[in-house]
Amino acid sequence: MKKFTRFEGVVAPLDRANVDTDLIIPKQFLKSIKRTGFGVNLFDELRYLDEGQPGQDCSQRPLNPDFVLNQPRYQGAEVLLARRNFGCGSSREHAPWALEDFGFKVVIAPSFADIFYNNAFKNGILLITFSEEVVDRLFAEVEAKEGYQLDVDLENQRVITPSGEILEFEIDAFRKHCLLEGLDDIGLTLKDEDAIRAFEQKHKTARPWLFRQSA
Amino acid sequence: MSGQTLYDKIWNQHLVKQRDDGTALIYIDRQLLHEVTSPQAFEGLRLAKRKPWRLDANLATPDHNVPTTIKERAEGNSGIKDPVSLIQVQTLDDNCVEYGIEEFKINDPRQGIVHVVGPEQGATLPGMTVVCGDSHTATHGAFGALAHGIGTSEVEHVLATQCLLAQKMKNMQVRVEGELGLGVTSKDVVLAIIGKIGTAGGTGYAIEFAGSAIASLSMEGRMTVCNMAIEAGARVGLIAVDDTTIDYLAKRPFAPTLDQWEAAVADWRHLVSDDDAQFDKVVTLQAEDIEPQVSWGTSPEMVTGISGQVPDPFAASDETVQRSHTRALEYMGLQANQKITDIKLDKIFIGSCTNSRIEDLREAAKVAKGKKVADSIKLAMVVPGSGLVKRQAEAEGLDKIFIEAGFEWREPGCSMCLAMNADKLGAGEHCASTSNRNFEGRQGFGGRTHLVSPAMAAAAAIAGHFVDVRSLSANDAVHAQEA
Repeated sequence: MKKFTRFEGVVAPLDRANVDTDLIIPKQFLKSIKRTGFGVNLFDELRYLDEGQPGQDCSQRPLNPDFVLNQPRYQGAEVLLARRNFGCGSSREHAPWALEDFGFKVVIAPSFADIFYNNAFKNGILLITFSEEVVDRLFAEVEAKEGYQLDVDLENQRVITPSGEILEFEIDAFRKHCLLEGLDDIGLTLKDEDAIRAFEQKHKTARPWLFRQSA
Repeated sequence: MSGQTLYDKIWNQHLVKQRDDGTALIYIDRQLLHEVTSPQAFEGLRLAKRKPWRLDANLATPDHNVPTTIKERAEGNSGIKDPVSLIQVQTLDDNCVEYGIEEFKINDPRQGIVHVVGPEQGATLPGMTVVCGDSHTATHGAFGALAHGIGTSEVEHVLATQCLLAQKMKNMQVRVEGELGLGVTSKDVVLAIIGKIGTAGGTGYAIEFAGSAIASLSMEGRMTVCNMAIEAGARVGLIAVDDTTIDYLAKRPFAPTLDQWEAAVADWRHLVSDDDAQFDKVVTLQAEDIEPQVSWGTSPEMVTGISGQVPDPFAASDETVQRSHTRALEYMGLQANQKITDIKLDKIFIGSCTNSRIEDLREAAKVAKGKKVADSIKLAMVVPGSGLVKRQAEAEGLDKIFIEAGFEWREPGCSMCLAMNADKLGAGEHCASTSNRNFEGRQGFGGRTHLVSPAMAAAAAIAGHFVDVRSLSANDAVHAQEA
């Protein structure tokens, strides 16, 4: 995982509540056995006017001109501004893979679904939760000013708007550390290998039926 | 100190290490694997030259991509016409062989939807931690297990370490008290719960379903309820262990052997929330208030009773809700204040990890028996949850009832719940579906899903539009008396 560094990025507003993972990446693209290449199909049903197929050349497909990511002013966006309960629905990690592959590093919303929240951080995407009021204000500011950028500073847990306003956010220490250092969870957990083995032995003694003898 | 909730107990029994930053290492007893969310996890293991920590904790079966027609399935993997789907199913087979993980392959009679297969095999046991790269893993919580969906990175993490990095959730109790009316099922209960607390109402919580109406449900009914916890935002849904749980598990292939059975049962009896346990939130519903439910929108919270109507978006005070309801009606092709019974259907889907078990098929067959699917219905299909469910249904003659009524009788898989295989809706088609999600495009590009119980789906198939299944059973009772 790449280290998360401070950056200034264009913000794209997706004004819709309960954006589910089927909407982020429709199921036909889940057939891939790779982790990459999902960006062209991010929000496929909103972004294109036809039904997408895996492996298709998307450059020839008709774009939906009304969809925010197709508008010239939001090209190259790295921050997605969204509404409540973003990422609800299925556990597909293809959703954050698609967001990351498209170029998003940050999603800001009033709330996120639990599984998506975990999945995003494991792929280096920072999810920032602000109150409904702050998110409403950001939507208004983004729509009012073409080229609106936010300065995202994870180290100091703050976002700085073009007018210099500082918006602080909360994030748990472990996720912050992993993002800043670009750490691999599995490597970290295996440092506790002895503790896991000791637990497993005790667990097996207490509840032997959880372990199959003849597997 | 106050008592513990069921969730607290299972959490504490699996806590390997609590870190200062609030993150914990939780030991995982069972991981279920399927073809869609595992290939990248195995690839990760391979690249890092890691081995699975404990083989016997894993059980795999292909379900999302498999074709369901009898003809295609007779050919095994080579019956999968879509080359991309075929590679995915073959990759699961190859990975299971390479690492030595037990798999029920496409034509094994034990193959099926992971969340049907696990409990059916006794591979889901009370007090276990169960994970799967699928959000409907909450299903297994019906057994008093701590079960939740995880992403592919976490699938790899569990394969490699037998642990999950987790943060403890808050506790919510949803009580359903009283007696369910005739024709009102566990599906209606959970849809009513989601309608009440909303699709994000359970975010951050483990939900324990309790109360007399929940206790009266069979294991299959309980699985339907827990299955949809995620549609209320909760990764975890669970129900206390009782005699119903224990009776269901006896003599299942993966259940404890005779010499361990008594000790296991004694241990499982503790898997209930203590009387003085504190919940962060308690929600109560009266069973008598719940009527058969139908979803009208594009989120499971957009649901109402069969006697209700499609809401007027501008009746909502919140602007975000107004916008999402307006958008939902536009997508669904429905009018504000339209009666639910006036919604006409094009397709009927009876299946999915929510409602494809034997009791679900019995309920639907009871309604379909001796009737005909309406001419206006283009396709009505019944997809059993596993090969064993299919066999049982055939032994009871349910397949004949469905076929005679005009339903297609299919092979097990996820099928049109998410339409990764060839079973899907066309643009604009309305479907009465026993599945769990009515999201835009979920069952096919432009498809319009209405979530209902198996009995309601069967009734809609016969009528061609939604009808109150309770009125049918009343008529049947009258006819029976006349006869």
